[in-house]
Amino acid sequence: MLMQRLSVLVSGLLFGAGLTISGMVNPAKVINFLDFAGKFDATLLFVFAAGVAVAMIGYYFTFKRPAPFFGERFHLPTVFAVDRRLLIGAAIFGIGWGLTGYCPGPAIASLAYLQPISFVFLVAMAVGALAANLVPEE
Amino acid sequence: MITEFTPYTGLLGGALIGLAAVILMAGAGRIAGCAGIFRHMLTLNFDGEFIWRALFVVGLVAGTALTKPFAANATVIALPTLSIAIIGGLLVGFGTALGHGCTSGHGICGISRFSVRSIVATLTFMVVAIITVFITHHVLGG
Repeated sequence: MLMQRLSVLVSGLLFGAGLTISGMVNPAKVINFLDFAGKFDATLLFVFAAGVAVAMIGYYFTFKRPAPFFGERFHLPTVFAVDRRLLIGAAIFGIGWGLTGYCPGPAIASLAYLQPISFVFLVAMAVGALAANLVPEE
Repeated sequence: MITEFTPYTGLLGGALIGLAAVILMAGAGRIAGCAGIFRHMLTLNFDGEFIWRALFVVGLVAGTALTKPFAANATVIALPTLSIAIIGGLLVGFGTALGHGCTSGHGICGISRFSVRSIVATLTFMVVAIITVFITHHVLGG
């Protein structure tokens, strides 16, 4: 259990470091990637490409094992259908992301900048997430 | 705010994010999806399921705090206005819950597992976000 928890903490630390070093924790850098017609900054694409490359290779070797090093099993999604919920959810998230330049990870990480508006965003995110529980399963 | 194109620190940061995802899966068997991690903490049941997620979040904030001096264009960050933060937060929270993930869960982890759901979700939120920025910055004169 201790080793498992240590892995989780180390993962969080590296994730936060990655978001910060890459500048993804600055919403302006994210919005400028999305702003093709304007102040375009392609950095996010490089962050994404490196992230996927490393994760793809790492996952490939990880899933050769029967189980994680410090856990009983891999907790993987069991839904495979591309359904309306997924598409509508992704679209709504896209609007919110485009408006603020924040997705959940950087929003949480931004607490380290001690700005009250981060807290406002996170509370709103929590309310939105809880509201989704009210949407009936298809 | 204009930001500089910083491909090398982008690649480095991205690699660290990827590594974080691998360590979380290889070590604890979990997807490094920030939306899901945040959302499951909202139950406030302080059990094992909550604890690992809280540890991840603590690491996330600490990792950011420690590397802030080395941030690419991120020693000072652009913040949304109050109304945008509220509206945006509601949409991000609701959308990621309904869509079962965000840029880390679907974008990094899902694509790395060759999940069709994640590939579709990622393309969807990317396109919609690009359109949103185009409209707010170039059509509405935001």
